[in-house]
Amino acid sequence: MADLSIDFCGVTSPNPFWLASAPPTNTGGQVMRAFDAGWGGAVWKTLGDPITNVSSRFGGIDYGSTRMMGLNNIELITDRPLDVNLREMYEVKKRYPKHTLVASLMVESRDNWRELIKKVQDVGSDLIELNFGCPHGMCERGMGSAVGSEPKVLEEITRWVVEEAKIPVIVKLTPNTGDINEPAEAAARGQAHAISLINTIKSLIGVDLERMVPNPRVGGQSTNGGYCGPAVKPIALFMLSQVAKNPTAKHLPISGIGGISNWRDAAEFIALGSTSVQVCTAVMHYGYRIVEDMIEGLSDFLDRKGMKSVNELRGRAVDSYVEWGELNLDYTIKAEINQKTCIGCNLCVTACMDGAHQCIHIPGRTHEESVKAGHYHIPEEIPALPVKIAGLPAGRFVPFVDEVECIGCNLCALVCPVPGTITMVERPGPIGHVETWNDRVAQGRDINPGALTSTLEARAKRNP
Amino acid sequence: MRPLPVLAEGRLEQGFSETKPAYNQAEAITEANRCLYCEDAPCIKACPTGIDIPTFIRKIATENTTGAARTILRENLLGYSCARVCPVEVLCAGACVYNAWERPPIQIGRLQRFATETTLSQTPMSSLFARKPSTGKRVALIGSGPASIAAAGLLAMEGHKAVIFERKSVPGGLNTLGIAPYKLKGNDALQEIQWIMDLGDIELRCGVEITQDDNDHSATKVSAQSLLRDFDAVFLGLGLGADSRLGALDEDGPGVYGAVELIEKIKSDPAFSLTHVSHAIVVGGGNTAIDIAHELALLGVSDVSMVYRRGTQDMSAYEHELDYGRKHGVRVMANRVVTGFVRDADNKLIGAQIARAENGRAVEGTEETVAAQIAAIAIGQSRATELATRFEGVTLDSKGRVVVDPITHRTGNARVWAGGDCVNGGKEVVNAAQEAKLAVRDMLNALAAS
Ligand SMILES: Cc1cc2nc3c(=O)[nH]c(=O)nc-3n(C[C@H](O)[C@H](O)[C@H](O)COP(=O)(O)OP(=O)(O)OC[C@H]3O[C@@H](n4cnc5c(N)ncnc54)[C@H](O)[C@@H]3O)c2cc1C
Ligand SMILES: Cc1cc2nc3c(=O)[nH]c(=O)nc-3n(C[C@H](O)[C@H](O)[C@H](O)COP(=O)(O)O)c2cc1C
Ligand code: SF4
Ligand code: SF4
Ligand code: SF4
Repeated sequence: MADLSIDFCGVTSPNPFWLASAPPTNTGGQVMRAFDAGWGGAVWKTLGDPITNVSSRFGGIDYGSTRMMGLNNIELITDRPLDVNLREMYEVKKRYPKHTLVASLMVESRDNWRELIKKVQDVGSDLIELNFGCPHGMCERGMGSAVGSEPKVLEEITRWVVEEAKIPVIVKLTPNTGDINEPAEAAARGQAHAISLINTIKSLIGVDLERMVPNPRVGGQSTNGGYCGPAVKPIALFMLSQVAKNPTAKHLPISGIGGISNWRDAAEFIALGSTSVQVCTAVMHYGYRIVEDMIEGLSDFLDRKGMKSVNELRGRAVDSYVEWGELNLDYTIKAEINQKTCIGCNLCVTACMDGAHQCIHIPGRTHEESVKAGHYHIPEEIPALPVKIAGLPAGRFVPFVDEVECIGCNLCALVCPVPGTITMVERPGPIGHVETWNDRVAQGRDINPGALTSTLEARAKRNP
Repeated sequence: MRPLPVLAEGRLEQGFSETKPAYNQAEAITEANRCLYCEDAPCIKACPTGIDIPTFIRKIATENTTGAARTILRENLLGYSCARVCPVEVLCAGACVYNAWERPPIQIGRLQRFATETTLSQTPMSSLFARKPSTGKRVALIGSGPASIAAAGLLAMEGHKAVIFERKSVPGGLNTLGIAPYKLKGNDALQEIQWIMDLGDIELRCGVEITQDDNDHSATKVSAQSLLRDFDAVFLGLGLGADSRLGALDEDGPGVYGAVELIEKIKSDPAFSLTHVSHAIVVGGGNTAIDIAHELALLGVSDVSMVYRRGTQDMSAYEHELDYGRKHGVRVMANRVVTGFVRDADNKLIGAQIARAENGRAVEGTEETVAAQIAAIAIGQSRATELATRFEGVTLDSKGRVVVDPITHRTGNARVWAGGDCVNGGKEVVNAAQEAKLAVRDMLNALAAS
């Protein structure tokens, strides 16, 4: 069994799975139940001057029969008195000394910061997380993402806190910024010990069309909120990859957050440079119990890969993430359909016809019918492969790919409902050797036939 | 509009529960979301009326239920009853690509019921399909079964007046009086007719028979001849005739029924009861036979035997219907023939003589007596198409079916069209709906030109 324990800024955690600062970490009772279930750490629901919340607070977006693909909330930081939270934090740390307790903070003035930092240290917090991310309610008061999207302010507050604190300080970044590198670099300049990302994304989840009020509805009104859950994972991974490669910030440990629901998501975040990962929505949806699968799945995965510790996984995929100009233009793949498993739904056909390159054909059509259907290139040989599987009426065929026209975009494989039926197979490339766009730029060949006249003229002037 | 007749309370069919109960919206959306939305979907091709199934299912998923109903009814005006009575296992759902994946196919029938039932119980049909102004043209329809009802609705939508003549006191033909009650009850079939009547000017004359006798002209009899005189066009939706007889010894008398006759009693006659019956025999191997056998078993008859003269593999009943029936206790006696019936001194039925059969024929000397207080003969229905020949030019084929052009469903008489069982020899409700659609399509052109 691989070792899942991690070292985060000198703090040891039994595993990389932490609860994000959110409703699942509202109270001591909850956090203790979570630790019992297997969570390695918890970032307490953000502390500060207690606020007043509204009801309702959440809105969800479903996809097909899958509920809560994305979650939006208009909740603020903790609404409980500070001393109650502190007492419970003390209790948790006393009973679970090996688990990681992170205090998430958001306050206004330097005096506030000083007071609160001392208090959370006194109750035994292992780490401090600065909530510079909350995109609603707090930012209008000059806190949360108002700070997170203002690099100068972020840097300044970070510096105060780091000077004041005796324990390591994590800066939690908001995705609500033009370029995530800017706040990441600001945090690094402010001497933060670590970065966590992402907080929720500014969003408006939907509109109640009967009442003509956006959701979630508070009486006859609503407001924008923060978006999270499985739908935001790709955005979080992108931002993580930016920070993991950023020359100024990449030395900082990262706690990855955003749409993590299972061990596989977690492994992806770790492979892109996270040391720990934080989870909120998936726990709000299914409860603390999901951590069992996360621990077991990650551990088995590491064993399978021959990795003795989760630390060996960290950052493994960072180097293969490059900018577009570094990609090999010679690399070629073509779609291939497995005739044995195809069920004849023709979804690949319609996707390629309308959304790609019109190169998946239905056998049994004449040349004319194929042209009429919208194909531009008709392959010479059309195999006749009726779908043989029992239950379907005669006259249905397994579609086939015209490799001449296939551009290897993946679309058909993405829409095919039967996993593994469409695979993308490698073929010799058109160039014959590795060549990137950047190579072409360097050689002045970065222009393709059919360019604008003005572009060609500008080129001619540049290199006469 | 006059309210339609309803069936009297106290019918045996009221006690049946539904094999496929209605979905609520959450269930419908969940099932709809399973549909892959296939391109050139095989389910569409397998539907005799060509309903755009992926499109209506997607509309259910997006909560556009009214739109889903419109998509269904546009191709099949009887989309509601078809949703409940179609043998989807061998039609649309049987062709669903999920079968090729060895997963349960989409429950197309139940989704179709959800869309049509939800919509039509809230929205008048005329708001789904705009009524056209009256054309002043009049069409007579003989019979009020699915074929005529569909045709009348489609004609009314276009502004023509449709007058339906039905010899029975309740309309709907076999859809009201023949469908197994665990699929569709009579009053539900009548409800659908009520919905369709909203489409335009449809007049239903129940208790009026169209006869061959040119002199008939009364409140209950109207001659075929007069129809061509009084109407611009005629549609024949005659259905099939009475149950065929077996010709076995002592068949005539109480206790031995034609299967369709017996089903009609279960579905519509409050006076009919089975309290004295513990053993029943059903003769035949088709869908009507398994239907009545299954119904008797569900009504509590403890021993129901289906006697068929050839092997089970030769039965024309659908596999899935036989399976359901067997599950509820129907026993199949293959390679057996009923040679006669046994009656007591009061002529009451007490049993049947059953012989072993080879190649469908009784083997002499193998008879045994099997107890039965009731027997249903389900070996087919006779033809009721002779009437059709009263319209000049209309012909019947060797099997007694009305001959029509397969595209236009026009008969040999330029003003007479036909569809449903009287043309196809006995298929399903959905075929009647499709044939009515084809006939009306052609009729509309003819009426516009006349
Ligand atoms: C027992 C049984 C079970 C069935 N189960 C199913 C099922 O589950 N699913 C399915 O899809 N199909 C089923 N069918 C078949 C289906 O009922 C028929 O295909 C369908 O009803 C045919 O419609 P139709 O309009 O052609 O004829 P019918 O429904 O037979 O209607 C004909 C009507 O015309 C009337 N009529 C005839 N002659 C005259 C006249 N001279 N004057 C006035 N009226 C006249 C008759 O009284 C009758 O009402 C079943 C059939 C039977 C017998
Ligand atoms: C209801 C709700 C309340 C939240 N409150 C806080 C908070 O008080 N402080 C904070 O730093 N983040 C807060 N978050 C953001 C989460 O900690 C986390 O960054 C975000 O939800 C992304 O992770 P997920 O996709 O696993 O949910 C909240 C999220 C939700 C859904
Ligand atoms: S990979 Fe793209 S272009 Fe090639 S067959 Fe699939 S959809 Fe068409
Ligand atoms: S999408 Fe997949 S299953 Fe459907 S036709 Fe194409 S290859 Fe076959
Ligand atoms: S074949 Fe099945 S999955 Fe495909 S569109 Fe029809 S019902 Fe949906």
